[in-house]
Amino acid sequence: MADLQGLTQLFAHEMAARLRSGETTAREIAEAHLARAHATDHGLHAWLTIDDERALAEADAADATLAGARAEGPDALAALHPLHGMPVALKDLVSVKGGQCTAGSRILEGYRAPYDAHITERLRAVGVVILGKTNMDEFAMGSSCEHSAFGPTANPWDLERVPGGSSGGSAASVAAFQTPLSIGTDTGGSIRQPAALCGIVGMKPTYGRVSRYGIVAFASSLDQIGPFARDVRDAAALLHAVSGRDERDSTSAPEPVAEDLVNLPASDDEAASWLRGKRFGVPREYFVEGMEPGVAAAIRTAVADLERAGATVEEVSLPHTDYGLASYYIVAPAEASANLARYDGVRFGHAVTDGADYLADYLVTRGSGFGPEVKRRVMLGTYALSAGYYDAFYLKALKVRTLIKRDFDVLFDAGFDALVGPTSPDVAFRFGAKLADPVKMYLSDACTLPVNMAGLPGISIPCGLSEGLPVGLQLIGPAWSEGVLMRAARAYEGVTASADWRRVRPHDLAKLAGAGLPTPAERIASR
Amino acid sequence: MASLTRADVEHVAYLARLGLAEAELARLEGQLNHILDQYAKLAELDTDAIPPTAQTIELENILRDDVARPSLPAEDVLANAPHRDGEFFVVPAILGGE
Repeated sequence: MADLQGLTQLFAHEMAARLRSGETTAREIAEAHLARAHATDHGLHAWLTIDDERALAEADAADATLAGARAEGPDALAALHPLHGMPVALKDLVSVKGGQCTAGSRILEGYRAPYDAHITERLRAVGVVILGKTNMDEFAMGSSCEHSAFGPTANPWDLERVPGGSSGGSAASVAAFQTPLSIGTDTGGSIRQPAALCGIVGMKPTYGRVSRYGIVAFASSLDQIGPFARDVRDAAALLHAVSGRDERDSTSAPEPVAEDLVNLPASDDEAASWLRGKRFGVPREYFVEGMEPGVAAAIRTAVADLERAGATVEEVSLPHTDYGLASYYIVAPAEASANLARYDGVRFGHAVTDGADYLADYLVTRGSGFGPEVKRRVMLGTYALSAGYYDAFYLKALKVRTLIKRDFDVLFDAGFDALVGPTSPDVAFRFGAKLADPVKMYLSDACTLPVNMAGLPGISIPCGLSEGLPVGLQLIGPAWSEGVLMRAARAYEGVTASADWRRVRPHDLAKLAGAGLPTPAERIASR
Repeated sequence: MASLTRADVEHVAYLARLGLAEAELARLEGQLNHILDQYAKLAELDTDAIPPTAQTIELENILRDDVARPSLPAEDVLANAPHRDGEFFVVPAILGGE
């Protein structure tokens, strides 16, 4: 397989340096990643669409812009975004005009987006090259990618295990060196949990940080878009590229974007020195019952590393954490049931006409177009919002949401720079392990969904291995603290730069390059 | 807290416009009740004096100027139509009679 030691093994900031020095071109970079994605994806199934033609045209355009800037002089060159010419994968719920956008659902199979999402426009404007679209749990509902209507994605660390979800394809593609960067969405943990399970960096920004115009909606008071990358500097640069106000999403906020995001220190020592005098809280409730001991141990070690680098760490309490799951699983399905009402088989998407009447058409279209998890959530949401239950369920959940948010406010008002804890209570689990019991699957997100309920930013970064599989460290900050969180995460990278676990690559990368590998769905079926 | 009977499940499926098979209804009855059991935990909290949070970032209404601008071309919108007739989406008759 092409390019095993070449471009695809680099961080985007390393490739960007080579691009600017003229050692390589955006086209070569795109070609190397497309070739690797094609060659390694059969057994991984991270992608739903790879669009070579579009990607290469965008790469050529990026090369032309770069040539123009070079001719113009150093100022024009410096004005190019740090990610100019770098490849990205988009979760398959981001609209790219003319391209298929399925949200992992049969009901949108064959649907072609009539316009670009805001972030698609932004990425194009800064010269980022879109390689294609990645697999996901249907309508972003799930924590394992097993709820994709197009078959699950595997984890490059162990092909018998899930990559996490819902943005499982985006995380797996980055971990498998098919792309240095990808975009996901996070409604209850759908960026941070797969980042943790795949051993990469993933951030859910503050609610309102990134415009969701052109993104398939799941739960509108919770959904947020964010970046995946193999290091913090790349993730920060990608967040920078997509952040900011867009009047077409009225919830996107007019808050300034931290310019810090593109100026994180390259030096590990300089990055680590930022920690001196910083104050972190470790929520005791995040060490949940049933947590894997190896995960708890890795988190404790990470906390000790932060302390050794000069930070103050105190145990703190988020007393309403335990109510996060129940309140989230009212709010999110309620909003989903409303958002998914639009899939009616009239204007777009899967449609079954049995000829009887419009009602029969709705029933059969939606009944055959949605998968089991989506049906479950639409049912839950419809029930929670139905006459006589609104106060008992939805209103109650919104009040509990206030309590959850206040827990965080109290700590940040008391001067904590960030909270530190696990992203997920366990490492990547085996296919099928949590499919039979929806509540067990929902518990994967016990430490991430309170952050969505409170609208706060959170990042997951690799912090070691438990039984050979990656563990994610979650950092949570006050609203609009993305710059600080990225600095803190970069500092942790600096502190642990020489740790042994940083040198361990996903175990099954070599297998992926082999011929005749079954797809994850085939592998599961043959068990 | 409330629990769902089979008839409730069928009613909610109807409200949600989901046509479900017998086996799906049976499975959902069990799963939904299991999930509803988790909701019972919320009753532990006295929330009478707590205001609801529907939106977390305390944005005030943001208004933009009401300026006419081009919308998508009809052809682009109709391109995804499962059933179309010229410039129209085709749907079954909603009012009775031919």
